[in-house]
Amino acid sequence: MTKDECKKLVLDIIADIAPDEDLSNVKPDVRLRDQLQLDSMDFLDIVMELRKRHGIEVPEADYMQLASLDSSAEYLTPKFQALAAKK
Amino acid sequence: MNTRTHYDVAIIGAGMSGLAAGIRLAHFGKKVCIFERHNAVGGLNSFYSLDGRKYDVGLHAMTNFVKPGVKGTPLTKLLRQLRIDRDEFALCEQKQSRVAFGPRGETSLRFTNDFAVFESEVAAKFPAQIDGFRRLVALVKSYDDVSLDAKPVSAREVVRHHIHHRLLEDMLFCPVMYYGSAQERDMEFGQFVIMFKALFLEGFARPFEGVRVILRVLQEKYRQAGGERRMKCGVQRIVADGRKATALILDDGSEITADHVISSIGAPETERLMSDQLDPVGKPSDVCTTPVGRLSFVETITVLDRQPAALGWGSDTIVFFNDSEEFHYEQPASQVDVRSGVICFPNNFDYGADRTLAEGWFRCTCLANYAQWANLEEEDYRADKARWFTAVQESARRFLPPLASGDTLAQATVTTDMFTPRTITKFTGHFGGAIYGSPQKHRQGRTALDNVYLCGTDQGFLGIVGAMLSGISMANFHILKGG
Repeated sequence: MTKDECKKLVLDIIADIAPDEDLSNVKPDVRLRDQLQLDSMDFLDIVMELRKRHGIEVPEADYMQLASLDSSAEYLTPKFQALAAKK
Repeated sequence: MNTRTHYDVAIIGAGMSGLAAGIRLAHFGKKVCIFERHNAVGGLNSFYSLDGRKYDVGLHAMTNFVKPGVKGTPLTKLLRQLRIDRDEFALCEQKQSRVAFGPRGETSLRFTNDFAVFESEVAAKFPAQIDGFRRLVALVKSYDDVSLDAKPVSAREVVRHHIHHRLLEDMLFCPVMYYGSAQERDMEFGQFVIMFKALFLEGFARPFEGVRVILRVLQEKYRQAGGERRMKCGVQRIVADGRKATALILDDGSEITADHVISSIGAPETERLMSDQLDPVGKPSDVCTTPVGRLSFVETITVLDRQPAALGWGSDTIVFFNDSEEFHYEQPASQVDVRSGVICFPNNFDYGADRTLAEGWFRCTCLANYAQWANLEEEDYRADKARWFTAVQESARRFLPPLASGDTLAQATVTTDMFTPRTITKFTGHFGGAIYGSPQKHRQGRTALDNVYLCGTDQGFLGIVGAMLSGISMANFHILKGG
């Protein structure tokens, strides 16, 4: 899993929970909240879809790590790699 | 051997809120079952068939309508959370609605799904109040109405701070109260904000085929997500050990167990299930700490052989009326209070150029007193229904354009029906025929048992979109957030 692949997975989730958002120009280094209309309910959904689809756990204290695509990839990629290593 | 079925979550009641909670939980892999006493889903917002004709109950219109592309409102949140595409609801917008006050509706405020119309009506009819009105609207827009721990404030007090004209104040409260308030005379400001946004800042819409479209979508999502349901099987009792529910006893006498229970049937109604007193006719007040709501309603339904427009009633979708000096939103002393009420023409939504409902519909709702209806002998009940049907309809007609002649409406009438507070209790289980539940809401949905939560009307998000959001919020807050 590369960081770019990880960003793609996060974008796929956002596309499913917020199909009314235009995701074609999301800037990876800008907070998602500042460029998309996502509220706390939507962020909870990103966390829960990560658990449901990929078995990745994000504890509440780490929610802020998902602020932008870059920070999400930074935080999630090692988790995906650790999970892959276990298989 | 223990053969009791175990669920992660048991939901009591397949109304809008229970279905919404179920969809969330099933989507995220919980083993969920909804227990519903009736053979139809929908609860307070449902439909029934009589002589091959389908009648909607509860829902006049879906509130909270916003156009595609408008984000961050309850409708958008709901669609996202339940993974519903807005085209699935196929909402058609209202034409226009009115608040009409005075013996013949002399003072009237029109509103549509474009808030500018309402604002200009207030400016034209109450020029001295328009600045205060705009301040009130600004406050409503910025208020955090879905906070689960807001301090209760009187809406009358807040509104009077900005509006200094009793008539305008009452005209603002009338629609807001009729479409969701369980409290007499006043309401909590957070609830006023929810309803004001839902009715005026957002708006009314309806699927061409009515409430059953919404229910069909919810049921389909729930089924696809893997949720189970048991129809014609209510919950008779919640068995507890200390502060924890350990089992549910169902109507057929069998038992199931669940880690969590979400109850959508109302706060006093849920308390009764948790009490040791099994007598189902025991007075609710004996075992409930949450007060039973005092507000109930009658509704007359008239099916017409032509569109309302053919009678000159083609422009209004909903009319909120009141004939008296002041607006009295309280339990009437008599069976029905016809001084104020709500008229609805389901035909008068914009269904498109060549699409109209097959028949005309004319519905009128007025406040009613449950106790005055509850214990009547069948014969008296029928006679009182007939008598009040005429009184309600005559009262409402004062606020509509006059008909060609005295018997025009009778000639156009194909059939009629009417529900009373007794009907409401029979089909929803709500004590006191209280559609909007108890005046005391439980924002966090907590009950005396740690793993039993409320959703729906007694949690306190009002209206049908509110009901669905309530189910979503309680599922998220109590169950999904914890993992």
